[in-house]
Amino acid sequence: MLEQVFRDDWGRVVASLVGYLRDIELAEDAAQEAFALAAERWPRDGVPSNPTGWLITTARNRAIDRIRRERTLVAKTELLAGELQEGMEEAMDETACFPDERLELIFTCCHPALALDAQVGLTLRTLGGLSTEEIARAFLVPFETMSKRLTRAKHKIRDAAIPFAVPPEHLLPERLDAVLAVVYLIFNEGWGGGRVDLSTEAIRLGRSLVELMPDEAEAYGLLALMLINHARSASRFHDGELVLLDDQDRSRWDENQIAEGRELLARALALRGSGPYVIQAAIADLHLDEPRDWEEIALLYAKLEEITSSAVVAMNRAIAVAEIEGPEAALALLGRLDLAEYRYYHSTRADLLRRLGRDEEARAAYARALELTEAGPEQRFLESRLADFLEATGTGQSPLTDSNRRPPPKM
Amino acid sequence: MKYALLIYGNSDVLAAWPEEEWRRVNAGVAEVVARPDVPDYLRLQGPSTATTLRNEQGGSLLTDGPFVDSKDFLGGFIIVEAENLDGALAVAEELQQLRMGGAIEVRPVNEEPLVRA
Repeated sequence: MLEQVFRDDWGRVVASLVGYLRDIELAEDAAQEAFALAAERWPRDGVPSNPTGWLITTARNRAIDRIRRERTLVAKTELLAGELQEGMEEAMDETACFPDERLELIFTCCHPALALDAQVGLTLRTLGGLSTEEIARAFLVPFETMSKRLTRAKHKIRDAAIPFAVPPEHLLPERLDAVLAVVYLIFNEGWGGGRVDLSTEAIRLGRSLVELMPDEAEAYGLLALMLINHARSASRFHDGELVLLDDQDRSRWDENQIAEGRELLARALALRGSGPYVIQAAIADLHLDEPRDWEEIALLYAKLEEITSSAVVAMNRAIAVAEIEGPEAALALLGRLDLAEYRYYHSTRADLLRRLGRDEEARAAYARALELTEAGPEQRFLESRLADFLEATGTGQSPLTDSNRRPPPKM
Repeated sequence: MKYALLIYGNSDVLAAWPEEEWRRVNAGVAEVVARPDVPDYLRLQGPSTATTLRNEQGGSLLTDGPFVDSKDFLGGFIIVEAENLDGALAVAEELQQLRMGGAIEVRPVNEEPLVRA
């Protein structure tokens, strides 16, 4: 029960406290104390009728207490100094209704004046309620590193007065992009690395965004995109090995998530959404059909390429073009892209070359893709692809020995 | 809150500027610094006029030139009074639109007294 309240309310309580205290560190500490107090009291005295209100009021009072104890801090926190002089301590009001300030908080955490990794970490910490240990583990960095990164960001927000507000109209599109990018990054971190809890967390954040900004087509688009992709997560791996979309067991797809994703996509389109997330969601949706409508997919990728000018998007369009016009046309498109360090570029080229029977080049491209891939299911998939291919073409021994598979260690 | 906009120029870019480019940029900057939310500003003479003192071997060592010798140099400060960082960034963005060719670093001013009473 308390665990559930914690997950659901942490973001709201912290947001409300940041709005009041203008200091994320103080807000988090106070929220933590309030939640600890709840864990102690609620089982004994019963859960209050308005748990969120109870937590916010308790945390506020705790914060005021703490500031009283640390008088030096008062000078720094002008807002509180004023309120403290009046000696106001809030009485517990079970019916007190606090506005939801999570949107203000997420725009603060994703402010472009903060480094991207700090934006991601702060969002997971303050809105997602993940502990610093959990975030450090998810991003494979030592606890100390993550802790320092978060502290530095919190101090910058306080000292440089990064606003706690929904940006004004003229800044909103750009700032909203930053927020969506952070959420999508969290989602992909959970997807590519097989750490499903982060994907679930991103979906939770995506749901909050849709709830808080019901007129933003791109927020719907992002949530739709995440749900449609996530619906296939159970079928992406079989016995720890990567399974391509065409070979996935469709009975293991989560029909509810797909249905919800499609409904959200429809709503985004009804809002006349045509931004990058809406388009990506539409593409993800088309990929679920059998047979796939490659013409439509190529068209949407072309539209996405126009907006993003991304070489990766251009590569994906080439994959669709291969299905319509054949591998030759796709290879010609790939030849114009500058993606030499991108592993999927080489695996895509390898696949097209294989289909054209250009064996030597295909083998070299697979080998290059492998060099750029970290150990794990994806590497094993490429290895098995390469092995199959070598067997089929009768070229025998794999050219990849352990010594030349990985780049030499840096001194 | 007070913010300092640290205006950095690039000597290669500036050396290539014709007279009319200087007039255009200076007129634009003059407009910004005349506003009530800009309580103060300071223009520095070029880096070739700088002298630097360093602590070395228990004494002070004088050298000719700026502390950091680079093509990019600090050209001056503009102090901005703004409600929050976005307010200061908006003024910096306006200056950037003048295409001065360099970068602008935005730093909050430390307004705490040096010595507490």
